[in-house]
Amino acid sequence: MAEPKARLRVFRGTEEAGDFQTYDVETYPGMVVLDAIHDIQAKQSPDLAVRWNCKAGRCGSCSAEINGKPRLLCMTRMSAFPEGEPITVTPMRAFPIIKDLVTDVSWNFEMAKKIPPLKPRPRDADGHWRMQQIDIDRIQEFRKCIECFLCQDVCHVVRDHQKKEVFSGPRFLIHLATLDMHPLDTLDRREMVKKDFGVGYCNITKCCTEVCPEHITITDNGIIPLKERVADDYYDPVRWLLRKVTGNSRANKVAAQPTEAGKTADVSGTHRVDGGHGNKGKP
Amino acid sequence: MAGNYETHEHDVIIIGAGGAGLRAAIEASSMGLSVGLVCKSLLGKAHTVMAEGGVAAALGNVEPKDNWRVHFRDTMKGGRYLNQWRMAQLHAMEAPDRVNELEEWGALFDRTADGRILQRNFGGHKYPRLAHVGDRTGLEMIRTLQQHGIHTGMKVYMECTVTRLLKAGDAVAGAFGYWRESGRFVVFRAKSIVLATGGIGRAFKINSNSWECTGDGQALAYLAGAELMDMEFMQFHPTGMVWPPSVRGTLITEGVRGEGGTLRNKDQKRIMFDYIHPLYANETAPTEEEADRWLALSTSGQMDKNVRRTPDLLPRDIVARAIHAEVKAGRGSPHGGVFLDIATRRTAADIKRKLPAMYHQFKELGDVDITQEPMEVGPTAHYTMGGIRVDPESQQSRVRGLFAAGECAAGMHGANRLGGNSLSDLLVFGRIAGLHSARYAKEQTQLPSLDAGEIQDAAQEALAPFNRHEGPNPFQLHEELKDMMQTHVGIIRTEEDLSEGLRQLEALRERSRTIRIDGNRHYNSGWHETIDMRNLLIVSEAMARAALLRKESRGAHARDDFPETDKEHFAKVNIVSRQHGSTMEVAEIPLPPVPDEIKKVLEEE
Repeated sequence: MAEPKARLRVFRGTEEAGDFQTYDVETYPGMVVLDAIHDIQAKQSPDLAVRWNCKAGRCGSCSAEINGKPRLLCMTRMSAFPEGEPITVTPMRAFPIIKDLVTDVSWNFEMAKKIPPLKPRPRDADGHWRMQQIDIDRIQEFRKCIECFLCQDVCHVVRDHQKKEVFSGPRFLIHLATLDMHPLDTLDRREMVKKDFGVGYCNITKCCTEVCPEHITITDNGIIPLKERVADDYYDPVRWLLRKVTGNSRANKVAAQPTEAGKTADVSGTHRVDGGHGNKGKP
Repeated sequence: MAGNYETHEHDVIIIGAGGAGLRAAIEASSMGLSVGLVCKSLLGKAHTVMAEGGVAAALGNVEPKDNWRVHFRDTMKGGRYLNQWRMAQLHAMEAPDRVNELEEWGALFDRTADGRILQRNFGGHKYPRLAHVGDRTGLEMIRTLQQHGIHTGMKVYMECTVTRLLKAGDAVAGAFGYWRESGRFVVFRAKSIVLATGGIGRAFKINSNSWECTGDGQALAYLAGAELMDMEFMQFHPTGMVWPPSVRGTLITEGVRGEGGTLRNKDQKRIMFDYIHPLYANETAPTEEEADRWLALSTSGQMDKNVRRTPDLLPRDIVARAIHAEVKAGRGSPHGGVFLDIATRRTAADIKRKLPAMYHQFKELGDVDITQEPMEVGPTAHYTMGGIRVDPESQQSRVRGLFAAGECAAGMHGANRLGGNSLSDLLVFGRIAGLHSARYAKEQTQLPSLDAGEIQDAAQEALAPFNRHEGPNPFQLHEELKDMMQTHVGIIRTEEDLSEGLRQLEALRERSRTIRIDGNRHYNSGWHETIDMRNLLIVSEAMARAALLRKESRGAHARDDFPETDKEHFAKVNIVSRQHGSTMEVAEIPLPPVPDEIKKVLEEE
């Protein structure tokens, strides 16, 4: 057997203690890093812990860091790395390690629970809801999210500053943006977006967009428009007055206007987290 | 040894959090009951997420002539009339409501020009019927159910594997399992239990399934005294990836053919015209010209009943065997499949818009640009029509208080499932199982008491692999099982093969009882694999035994030694497996007769 070989350095251990172990695996055409991890489980270390489900980039279970970069193990080809150099595989850094490559991502599920669900307007008289494709194209992009939490992992507000109490992270800002731009929804969550989910903490380094395996333009299409809507609600004097009078700013939830990416400057209502700004793409 | 375990009490416990489990949990929660939802993975990762093409429901948005009667007829015909007619009827009648309800909970399906839910063509469906979101319909569905479900009061137990159901007399009383993270044991007490654990695809070497699809629900029910039915019917999806080896078996949606894709052999000939099943001859286009005209008409929302459907959209069993035959005859593609061509049929922009996941999947994993080149495809083990035998009205099994829904239950699809009918199955029967398990729970005055001995035995069974001195590696043994099933219980079967398969299964079972696990219980993948193996061996045996007994070819079950469909005996029986002492007993039971008014629906045209 003269199969080509690759060398992996895999983190083994827990939150308290751990080390790297080196494994050599035989490679074959199309092999992805998850295949190599499975090969190690089958032939060398059956107790190596890794999460995975679909092995096709659809479920977002096998999130980890490869050579320090947040990635899906099942969508990263072995051939993407230079031959002869070891490939380093570590668990997501933003979350506590359970064992080896498995992290405790329960914070994300707690955050999801805090977001009030869709509250749709009544159906049309014939029982249908009419929505034009063009009006849902943008949020269909957001709904491609596979909840791999790589955006949460790379976001320095979560990763370096651990602002998990006051900031929901890009994944849930995208979910909030989806609800805010949903043609059927009638609930105003903008005060929560600011106060409970901390949209202001995002300072638009766009690291989340870079690592998204679904290529969702998280920052430009989701978070920036969300910031603008919150800012409008809070700092537009007419709306401010309206809110005071009605006690409810739902009346201000105007139809979604697509925002052209790149045109948007940093908006008021955004306050920066100190440091961590220069680490774009370098987790 | 089992002394240490935590206990949780609920009215209803639902095992499995894919589409069916979530829908059942939503229903039971909304009735005001305490519901626990237990799943092996994180919430939202279940195999439902992989469903691509759409959810079948006779909404009639694209073709107003569509209604439940047509959908029912298509489903029974696709299942070669071995379906439990009442399940197929309930499914066809209730699917539109279940799809509309998802919109209320936030789902965003692709739209028609006038803003309603768009529907697409799929194999075996007479009219465009599949509500969809590009090629990621399952993701949309599971996320919608998840985002709605977490606000209905249910408690979710993630990364928790159930290894045994617990009983009080002839009724279900709870479940025993372990936390994958810590390896610590957990006992659930409940008045009723719904199994919604999905399929058994991991029994085959080439499959489209996630690691979770190891037949857990079927095996748990079997060990608790329920019956398995129709286990011989394993659907091989015609179009899995065949190259490179890393992704062999990964699914390519039928939506590719729904959007105009055609199957070709190495000589560039469109193959399906040579494989039109007599049952479908009247409604299938015999020429390329007519097939293409049908496609153009149907995708633009116009229908002409003189123009018949393309054979590329024949039901899956027929297409899978056609590909198998072409490859066997030496007309296959370089890596042992056939070609699926969408590049010459649709514009690159259309392909990227309608099939974005397929485009990325091939680009990133297969180095193929599907807007420029054909895909190489071949059959992949995908779905089991068989499963836990349930009462069609309530989804209750033979064990009191034990219900099942979705892929792990049997009866809805007969001998072959139509594409798109699985997502609707999850919704319709998930809800029915949730409803009836909740009603049953409400009738019980108190939680059934547990048997300490049963818990002790379950704990010992789970820990046994740590206490052995030497034995085979569980991953290695699983590979051997997959190879064996692929070779002996695969897409074309013979008595000789199946008998040999059963002999090898017996040997594998013996060896599985000697597996030894190193390390501790803390997130130990080898241990988890060992526990799943018990379930895979049970469902594999049930499949091989039922396949041996059914001496005919029908739907997904193809016997080389009995190539004909038997209109007399086997047309009127389902095959069930049940535990008898420590051995598996298989038996024929009569198919419920179809009432006259339903017969009339089947004969309408």
